[in-house]
Amino acid sequence: MEKKMTLPLTDKDIMSLKSGDKVLLTGVLYTARDAAHKRLTVDIKKPPIPLKGQTLYYCGPTPAMPGRPIGSAGPTTSSRMDTFTGQLLKAGIKAMIGKGQRSKETRELMKKHKVVYFAATGGAGALLAKHIKSAKIAAYPDLGPEAIYELKVVDFPVIVANDVKGHDIFEEGVKKFKRK
Amino acid sequence: MREIEAKKIKETIKELAIKANYELSEDVLSLLNEALKKERSENGREILRQLIKNADIARKERYPICQDTGLAVVFVEVGQDVRIVGGSLAAAVNEGVSRGYQEGFLRKSVVGDPFVRNNTNDNTPAMLHTQIVPGDKVRITLMAKGGGCENSSSYRMFKPGTSKEEIETFVLDTVKAAGANPCPPVIVGIGIGGNQETSALLAKKALLREVSRQNSSKDISAMEKELLKKINDLGIGPGGLGGSVTALSVHIETAPCHIASMPVTVNLECHAHRVKCEVI
Repeated sequence: MEKKMTLPLTDKDIMSLKSGDKVLLTGVLYTARDAAHKRLTVDIKKPPIPLKGQTLYYCGPTPAMPGRPIGSAGPTTSSRMDTFTGQLLKAGIKAMIGKGQRSKETRELMKKHKVVYFAATGGAGALLAKHIKSAKIAAYPDLGPEAIYELKVVDFPVIVANDVKGHDIFEEGVKKFKRK
Repeated sequence: MREIEAKKIKETIKELAIKANYELSEDVLSLLNEALKKERSENGREILRQLIKNADIARKERYPICQDTGLAVVFVEVGQDVRIVGGSLAAAVNEGVSRGYQEGFLRKSVVGDPFVRNNTNDNTPAMLHTQIVPGDKVRITLMAKGGGCENSSSYRMFKPGTSKEEIETFVLDTVKAAGANPCPPVIVGIGIGGNQETSALLAKKALLREVSRQNSSKDISAMEKELLKKINDLGIGPGGLGGSVTALSVHIETAPCHIASMPVTVNLECHAHRVKCEVI
């Protein structure tokens, strides 16, 4: 029932995804949250990490215990990154993973750029950490937990929240289960 | 006068910070398991299963339950027959948080200045609330409060005589606007009355109540039950993906207030509800 996909995602992969699809991702993710997003938009002409075709994961992990690649690593609230997302999509970001609904503007931009947004389970930091096989700081080390980490993940479980057709799992979910 | 060493307070805080972040409480786990039985959405059930498994992994394999190990909100009730020796209470609390967050491999999520945003690198300062109470004990409650749920808070200064229904609408609008961000299913804390600042504290303290316990007043308890039903009828569900369990529990605390005021604060708490308590 889950679709296994490798990162970076191809355009074909992205076009095949529908809101509600469960996906297991294997490959490279780059973490970036508030502070890193701000810096990336300043460094957009010469970004410290590859952006074209890449997948961003909104996450600030806990420090790794010795012998482990990473600590707890669940998603943070995506809407805080909405204001910066337009520029990153223009620079070639193809997919994002986070928690919660994106703004209307961001959803329009995702449709326009043919980009997919995945939701990872908020609060499942320990479970998600087990799918991360390596983590190294790729940029902005001074930001501590907000640094950009390059993560190598295996079967990282996510669900398609917004597909290229503009479906939104949060809106559709509430519509289905709302009771008057 | 009973003497209590500041060092003992520091040690207790350190242990509570670590325990709160690694060990999901039994009563919360029960509520999540009950929610799993009640949840009508398949996606919702999957989220709940993941959260229950997550708590198990956290406890057995020593990963923090969530990567947002929160700001340390600390309530200290100091018995008035207690004398704290060997250091200041505030310093002991902050040193305890600092040690706990460092030794416990917890995330440092505090910035020293809201504009400069420089990380303090040890998760201090704690949000410390102290109260002098009768007796000779020191009761310490530590709540690891994440940013997602905290950012979903709301407050309004209502007019006196505002109906329960209007306040319910305000609470429902708050939960609706929050969506998936506070990691539903949530626990809802509501403070009604007091002053602006005390209504906020009431809402936070409402979250500290035993999860399944209702307010002792019949009228307020009825309002809690009514709100729980209405919040679940919103259909937001676990992870905001749509479902029938959006909140695990609603707690309302009330307090006396000005004849011209009716402050209402809503503070949302995620399902992990990382609260631990110790009495010295």
